[in-house]
This record gives sequence, C-alpha cells and structure tokens, in this order.
Amino acid sequence: MLLAIDTSAGTSVALVEGDLVLAERATEDTMRHAEVIGEMILGVLADAGVSPSSLDSVVAGMGPGPFTGLRVGIAAARAFALGIGAPIIPAVSHDAVAFDAWSAGIRGPLLVVTDARRREVYWSTYELGDEGPARAEGPALCAPGDLPPHSDGQRIDAVQVSAGSLARAERQNRGRGIQEQFSEPLYLRSPDVTMPGARKRVSQ
Amino acid sequence: MTDGPVVLGIETSCDETGVGIVRGSTLLANVIASSMDEHARYGGVVPEVAARAHLEAMNPTLEAALAEAGLGLDEIDAIAVTSGPGLSGALMVGVGAAKALAVATGKPLYAVNHLVGHVGADVLDDDALEYPTIALLVSGGHTSLLLVRDLVGDVELLGETIDDAAGEAFDKVARVLGLPYPGGPQIDRVAKDGDPKAIHFPRGLMQAKDLEKHRYDFSFSGLKTAVARWVERTSDAGEEVPVADVAASFREAVVDVLLTKAFRACADFGIPRLLLGGGVVANARVRQVAAERAEAAGVTLRIPPLSLCTDNGAMIAALGAQLIAAGHAPSGLGFGADSTLPVTEIQVDEGGRAD
Ligand SMILES: [Zn+2]
Repeated sequence: MLLAIDTSAGTSVALVEGDLVLAERATEDTMRHAEVIGEMILGVLADAGVSPSSLDSVVAGMGPGPFTGLRVGIAAARAFALGIGAPIIPAVSHDAVAFDAWSAGIRGPLLVVTDARRREVYWSTYELGDEGPARAEGPALCAPGDLPPHSDGQRIDAVQVSAGSLARAERQNRGRGIQEQFSEPLYLRSPDVTMPGARKRVSQ
Repeated sequence: MTDGPVVLGIETSCDETGVGIVRGSTLLANVIASSMDEHARYGGVVPEVAARAHLEAMNPTLEAALAEAGLGLDEIDAIAVTSGPGLSGALMVGVGAAKALAVATGKPLYAVNHLVGHVGADVLDDDALEYPTIALLVSGGHTSLLLVRDLVGDVELLGETIDDAAGEAFDKVARVLGLPYPGGPQIDRVAKDGDPKAIHFPRGLMQAKDLEKHRYDFSFSGLKTAVARWVERTSDAGEEVPVADVAASFREAVVDVLLTKAFRACADFGIPRLLLGGGVVANARVRQVAAERAEAAGVTLRIPPLSLCTDNGAMIAALGAQLIAAGHAPSGLGFGADSTLPVTEIQVDEGGRAD
C-alpha cells in the first residue's frame, strides 16, 4: 500500500494498493497547497481506515508545475516517507494525465499540456498503446504557440493531476520496465533572478 | 532542567533550513543548512533560490538533527514549525514537511511565530530569562522591538523598521563600498580600523518630531542613501574614499539608533532587561555598545549564543516546548504560511480542526 501526493496543479492525495485507489482527495485550488496538504493526507488515511505504518512507499509528483505549490507536495511526500521510514518514488506528473486518457480508452498520440504561468506551458507527448502510455518527448516548457504539432492526435489541457492515477501510472511503467532515474523537482526553468548590474548613483 | 517534552522544530522562513531538537529547555540538536553562498552573487536573498534550497536540504537536515540528538522519531513528543513571518515560498516548504511528518508519526504539531521564536531561544540558556523583557530582534529580514510580558501568552510589537531591515542596510552599504555579500561581517571587518566619529551620518526617526508616532520604529533607508551620497561626493572630488571610516561611522549610526530605541523602551516601561536576537547580533560593535549602555543603565543584557541568534530550528522547538508546558493545545492542520504574521500571534491555529 502506498501514499501518493501531487501538487503540480491543485492538490491531490491518494492511498493506492496495487492498481486499486482506496481513497483519494483533491482540490483544484492552486493557492492553498500548504493549507490543505496535512488534512488531505490525514483524510485519505481515515477514509481507507489505515495507519501510516502500514504504508510501504510514497509516490511524489515531481512536476512540472508552478514551483511554490509543487514544492509543498514534494516536501510533504519526502517528510512523510522519512516519518514512516519508507522509500520515496519520484514520478512525472504528466504521466498521470496520460494514464487517465489511456484508461478512458484513448489510443494513439497524445499531447499533455499544463499551465506554467507567465504565458508559458509545460508539455509532454505520449504514444498510447494497448499496454499503456509511453512518454515520447518532454516534459518541457514553451510558449503556447510553440507546442509540437499534434494534428494527428489528441490534446489534453489538464488543470488537475490525480495522485491516484499517478501511482497507477508509475506502477504500470515499472511493470513495463519503463523507469527513469531522477530525484529532483522538474522545475524546467531557472530561478527568476537578475544579476546586480552596476550600482546606480543616488546623487546627480 | 532535564525533563519536559522532546520537541523537534523546523524553520524555513528565510535562507536557513534549520532543524533543532530540545527536551524542555535543554538543547539536544541544532542543525542549520544555509543557502547564503548561493545568494552571494545576487547581492541579497533570492526567494526562489532560497525555497529550492530548503526543499533540497529539508530531509538531510531532519536526519542530521535526529542523529545529533541521538534520537529516533519515535522518541519525539511533538513537532513545531515556523508559520511566519518570512518569505512565503520558503515557509511553505517547512509547513508542508512539518504537516506530513506530524501525520506520518502521529505527533502533535505546533505552528509558531518566527519572531517569538527568536525570544524563545533564550530559554535554552542556563539562567532562564525573566519576564517581562524588552527584545530587540535584528537581521537581514527583520528589525523589531518587542515587549515580551509572557513568552507564550503576551508579546507586543513596540516598533519595527518602516523600510529596510538593518541587515539589508549593511548589505547595501557594503555594496557601495565595493565589499561582498553578506555585508554585516564585511562592514564589521573593515570598520575595525576606522573612526566611528569621522563622519556623522543621519539617524533615522530619532528627531523630536518622531518621538510620538515612531518612538520605537526604525528607518535605515535614509541612512543608506546618505552613505552612498557621501561616498559619491568624495570620489567625485577626486579624493580617496576612507572605507574604514565610512564603515565605522555607518555602523555607529545603525548601532546608535538600534540601542537608543531599545534602552528607551526599557526606561519607558521600567523593564531592566534587554534580550538581543537575530543575525546582526554577530556584529561586534552591537554587542560592545549594548554591554556598555546596559551597564550604565542598570539593565540586564541577554545575548544567546550566535548559533541560536541567527535563524535556527532549535528556537522554534524551544518555543514549542514552552507552549506545551503552558498547556497549549496543538495547532490544527489547516494553517498556512503567513508572510506577515503579527508578533501577537505566538501560536497559529491553536486547537484548530484536525480531522
Ligand atoms: Zn529571524
């Protein structure tokens, strides 16, 4: 049994056993990740009637997503894993969206797009075969006008990423031998800082 | 004191990821991971850089603190975390981690005020602080003068900076003088050979007209500009800038304003106790002048060790332990990061809904 957390869009928390989502709580609110994260974790544990010690890993949605909210979920997932002495499994948040599309019966090429703020979007492309989705390109960042062509397939603009689907997607990927080695958040953008230029005079 | 609750404190309000562990008023661990070096090339703390560093450092710092205390998580009685004030993206990393750790371990969680935490650091000293006390907290992020009647029940903000924090003024003046970031230690270093009376720089909010409305407030923006203007005028005239004298004179102006207002509060309220906290306490001249004036005014001066003055998790844990000892209920799980949390809110969301 595992706990999954994703805050790359809104906040989503799930308890998953194998391919079965035992409990899931979510909000599309993109401003209150820090406020809701604790109650949502406690909530799914209560919904499923399980104690933290019966979990054996924690899946963390590593983005891409707006940084401030994204970090709340990753910090929570890592701290929870530390708290129960279990490993943390990083996962690409877009994979959950592709998994949902695949589960709904969609096949063929798929473009997943999520908001990156500042007039940019995060995107990934997938090929949805019968065995499941396989990410072809991404995740990456671009202006909405620069998205890869997708006339031959579907496009999903996701406003929510399901933690339950994220855990199931990760499990499916692992079962198919598709595994990526990474552990850090997928920021895809450098911190917005301006190097100090020459100091301006205060007197004329 | 060797008994009392074992509390783990998490602090992420600025550029230090701090995790501390206390048992009652005994310090067991104080581990700090600083991202200061990453900010140096930008000349100041960059919030996004700080927040990224907090996320990276959080679990390693938690583990290091537990190792330093020689404790397992099962031996912790409660968790305390800074809810504010501070940089909101930075605070959120600590809040997210603390909530998840509390749920995972089933421990009660206390969301506390960073500034009151600075005062709380003093309970870890051998002679416990007496109340009421005046507290002057000065760092790169805040400059606040507090009247603390009761650490866990009654803290009043007497005054604060109306523009730059004192630490920021040190950074900016260091830049004017071509010295690297952070400015505090640099100014301190070059000021050693300077004459603090060489140049009289203006003291902010110290004139008679400010005595009523801004009696305990601070302003360092005018001082910073005055120093820059003086340096420009000197070099425009083709003269060499006497860096040591400028640094010493600037530092003297800052120290003078900070301590004049702090001791004024002691006198006004008839409280012969002054606690200093925050990173600027590392400044040698602040400590020296404070000691001289305290002696002259018959005020007991308290300065916690430097590792407990700069931002750290032990002070947050110490405040949490005091809240528990005073019978406060844990915070709910619904609080957030509050970048402007007022000092009167010592604990946030006490007894909040936790289902
Ligand atoms: Zn501080």
